[in-house]
Amino acid sequence: MIQITEEQLDSEKITNLVRRDSNGAVVTFLGNTRDNFEGKSVIRLEYEAYVKMAVKKLEEIRQEMMQQFGIKDIAIAHRIGVVDIGETSLVVAVASPHRTEAFQACHKVVDRVKEIVPIWKKEVYADGSRWVACEDHEFVSDQPQLA
Amino acid sequence: MGGPCVYYLVMDIEVRLFALYKERAGCSEVLVTLEPEANVRDLTRAVRSLFPNLAPPDVGIVVAVNADYADLDTPLHEGDEVCLIPPVSGGL
Repeated sequence: MIQITEEQLDSEKITNLVRRDSNGAVVTFLGNTRDNFEGKSVIRLEYEAYVKMAVKKLEEIRQEMMQQFGIKDIAIAHRIGVVDIGETSLVVAVASPHRTEAFQACHKVVDRVKEIVPIWKKEVYADGSRWVACEDHEFVSDQPQLA
Repeated sequence: MGGPCVYYLVMDIEVRLFALYKERAGCSEVLVTLEPEANVRDLTRAVRSLFPNLAPPDVGIVVAVNADYADLDTPLHEGDEVCLIPPVSGGL
């Protein structure tokens, strides 16, 4: 299951999507919004997505992980819009017959989401705001010598 | 009369901007006119000259064509869905 929504994420509901009797391991990751950045107090976060491409990239990640780890049950949900402190912006639920694959695939999904999915995060402070840039993206840019 | 005929062929590309780039440009869409054989490299040059403050010269601008990351040599065609992708930081 792939989902991008402005609604609150229900991690239990998303986790239930990957449960089945043949899976002995279920790993769910929650990405929650932090109340600080380098000593600055963060009031809220705002997420913006290029939704069409984000859905496509999330599905690519899901397929990639299914192949790499030989598992069938992966659900990824990302919230966009305003997300208050302590709320969940990302849920990744992975289930597999044994725990190793579920842990590894879940970790990898989160890394890949940050690398290739066009969703941006803005931290809003009491006295301003900042678009957070992730350093480890792996794009082809128009400055190849610096890529 | 019989003088030479001169045709000016151009291609209009609608470019969508998100997040940081939308804020810096002050708009979410821009229409860029390019030569018909233009590729992504030509587009980023045009965009940089329209919006010199969009990205520092040493920072690359990533382009998506039809909802996939495109490299600099990717040719563009009228009607393509073209978006500028600022550095990604989804998740947490």
